[in-house]
Amino acid sequence: MNPELEGRVFPPTTPYLVGREKVREFARAVFAQSPLNHDAEAAKAAGYADVVAPPTFAVVIQEAGLALLLAAPDTGIDFSRIVHGEQKFRYTRPIVAGDELTAILTVTSIKSLGGNDMITAETAISDADGNHVVTATSVLVMRGTE
Amino acid sequence: MSDLTVGQELITGKVTLTRFSLVRYAGASGDFNPIHYRDDVAKSVGLPGVLAHGMLTMGLAVQPVIDWMDGRGEVVEYGVRFTRPVVVDGNGGITVSVSAKVGAIEDDVTRIDLTVSAANQTVLGKSQVRVKLNK
Repeated sequence: MNPELEGRVFPPTTPYLVGREKVREFARAVFAQSPLNHDAEAAKAAGYADVVAPPTFAVVIQEAGLALLLAAPDTGIDFSRIVHGEQKFRYTRPIVAGDELTAILTVTSIKSLGGNDMITAETAISDADGNHVVTATSVLVMRGTE
Repeated sequence: MSDLTVGQELITGKVTLTRFSLVRYAGASGDFNPIHYRDDVAKSVGLPGVLAHGMLTMGLAVQPVIDWMDGRGEVVEYGVRFTRPVVVDGNGGITVSVSAKVGAIEDDVTRIDLTVSAANQTVLGKSQVRVKLNK
């Protein structure tokens, strides 16, 4: 893996418009049962603009940032040897349907450990007003070839 | 909710994952890596079988906490390590069990620690949810 990737900031992703049905579809897929995830009226009664996305929904937006990283020609990343090692989300507020979200990915660390390479990518996700919504941090492990 | 104590068990949960669950999550998340639905591809890259998406396991593991909060708070942080793959049998699937207990109380944030296991083995490590509960 190219050690000079550390510190690289990728350009903002194309804005992603969070749809109500997408939130419901994702909620069903992760076995989420809260009315806040499915019922717009319940979400509004609780003070949200629309249905609330489950906490891991941010992975869908993070994915667009990771796609930019994996498509870069000089990373030395072999996708077939990549394993998802760790994942974290830090929320300023929950994602709700109607949000238009943009992601900016930064490579915060590159490490070599026991023949494997580890890359930490931090994706800051903001809404249409430029306010922070969530930061998604992924540790990807590239297994050695031995 | 203000009388929580460290170590207190809050809630448990159980989900049976089948190949249907994996295909549904693939569609919902956009992660169409075939190791999550094709036995031949999983075998060809040396895996013991078709695996659940790590993000599916992470996604379902936090749901008991959401149910326990019942709208009385929000998740401010959630992190896990993917320590062991969840192999999903084509016939019976596999059951993933979650138990949530209070890990720490830090000012207005409560840390909830999850134990997530399948086939009697822990599959997520350092699985921690930080929540802000309404007063």
